[in-house]
Amino acid sequence: MITKRIIPCLDVRNGTVVKGTNFENLNEISSPVELAKFYSDNGADELVFYDITASSDGRKLFTDILRETAENVFIPLTVGGGINTLDDFDRVLKCGADKVSVNSGAIRNPDLIHAAAEKYGDQCVVLSVDVKRVDGQFKVFAKGGRENTGLDALSWIERGVKNGAGEIVVNSIDTDGVKKGFDIEMLKAVCEIVNVPVIASGGAGSKQDFVDLFKTVPGISAGLAASIFHYGEVSVKDLKKTLKENDITVRL
Amino acid sequence: MLAIIDYGVGNLFSLQCSLKKIGVEAVVTSDENIIKAADRIILPGVGAFGDAVNKLHKSGLFELVIEEARNGKPLMGICLGMQMLFEKSYEYGEYEGLGLIEGEIVSLKKEISQEYAVPHMGWNALKFHNGKNEIFKYINEGDCVYFVHSYFGINCEDSLIASAEYGAQITAAVAKGNVYGCQFHPEKSGDVGLKILKAFCEI
Repeated sequence: MITKRIIPCLDVRNGTVVKGTNFENLNEISSPVELAKFYSDNGADELVFYDITASSDGRKLFTDILRETAENVFIPLTVGGGINTLDDFDRVLKCGADKVSVNSGAIRNPDLIHAAAEKYGDQCVVLSVDVKRVDGQFKVFAKGGRENTGLDALSWIERGVKNGAGEIVVNSIDTDGVKKGFDIEMLKAVCEIVNVPVIASGGAGSKQDFVDLFKTVPGISAGLAASIFHYGEVSVKDLKKTLKENDITVRL
Repeated sequence: MLAIIDYGVGNLFSLQCSLKKIGVEAVVTSDENIIKAADRIILPGVGAFGDAVNKLHKSGLFELVIEEARNGKPLMGICLGMQMLFEKSYEYGEYEGLGLIEGEIVSLKKEISQEYAVPHMGWNALKFHNGKNEIFKYINEGDCVYFVHSYFGINCEDSLIASAEYGAQITAAVAKGNVYGCQFHPEKSGDVGLKILKAFCEI
């Protein structure tokens, strides 16, 4: 059987890893290359690198780090942040990314998903969506969760898959950084409408949160988290042991 | 020297890095003379079957790969590269492959139940078939490797050396004489993957 994946996410700014709560108050943590290697050695199934720099200097630093990581870490690497054009896909794929995640870039230009899937294959295109409840409706937010696009999240995700997204990352703004568990209701709703792998993001605070996630939403392929791993509150190795004890198939 | 065949598809950076990591000198090339001089060949690939086969024809490497394989040079196809070793694929039409491994490539969606997400993406455990092949000499049955694919090989029982379970028995690796194929990505499968590449490079 296929194993459930555990994916640490590294938000990178100016060459270092940061992680904030509810996307604000960012704190700098550690060297991304070292951290990536550490995670890979300790059982991470995949890594996500989010480039949260805005300047071109920061961008160059980011691709340098990506290349150095790819030279040393032999698990799948997904890159997101600042992906607006096919040239951006090309830039990060050449530096060792296996998958590229689009978010605001796809909202601005919905054709981007289709164009990228056609050029690089569905498996390469990840649609990452920041979702927040507004009056009881799941809405897509842009610009790091600051701007309500008005788009209905479920229709947006369905459309993305139709256009060729091979995987979906659902990041619940409502649970992000709160550390009280994943957004089960939102994730269930997404799993019901798509037939590509869905990755849960936002809200992991303990090992039990991952157990609950995989037990209550069996359609979920992977759990993604940042701060609980970076700050050493939960180790990927321990987490996987706990999952296995709860009869969840993982790679040990 | 190992030749990674470059016919204009896919990202070969990781594959190159992984070979470097295990101390194997590898060149990414479409040069006929370099491929002929190499002591082994890797045929990579991502994307669609038809497009890849056409590109292989256009770069004049289709016949060369067959010839080198028939001359006994160790050849490994990875992912779409493995699928291209087969006789035929039904991905968006019907296309002839290299014909070095018996069997066809068909859609996962059509063969497995809807509850399974497609692509088959992630880490899955290997089950060995027809004994333990030499490319697995450094790993164990049950070890996990990384898959990303929406089509898979069937009718290849004689060459099947490993499978994975995903709603059906998924062809994970094949071998026939000096020709090997992995549906999964050894270059993305951590230490297990590096060990498979190492074993292939020792053949």
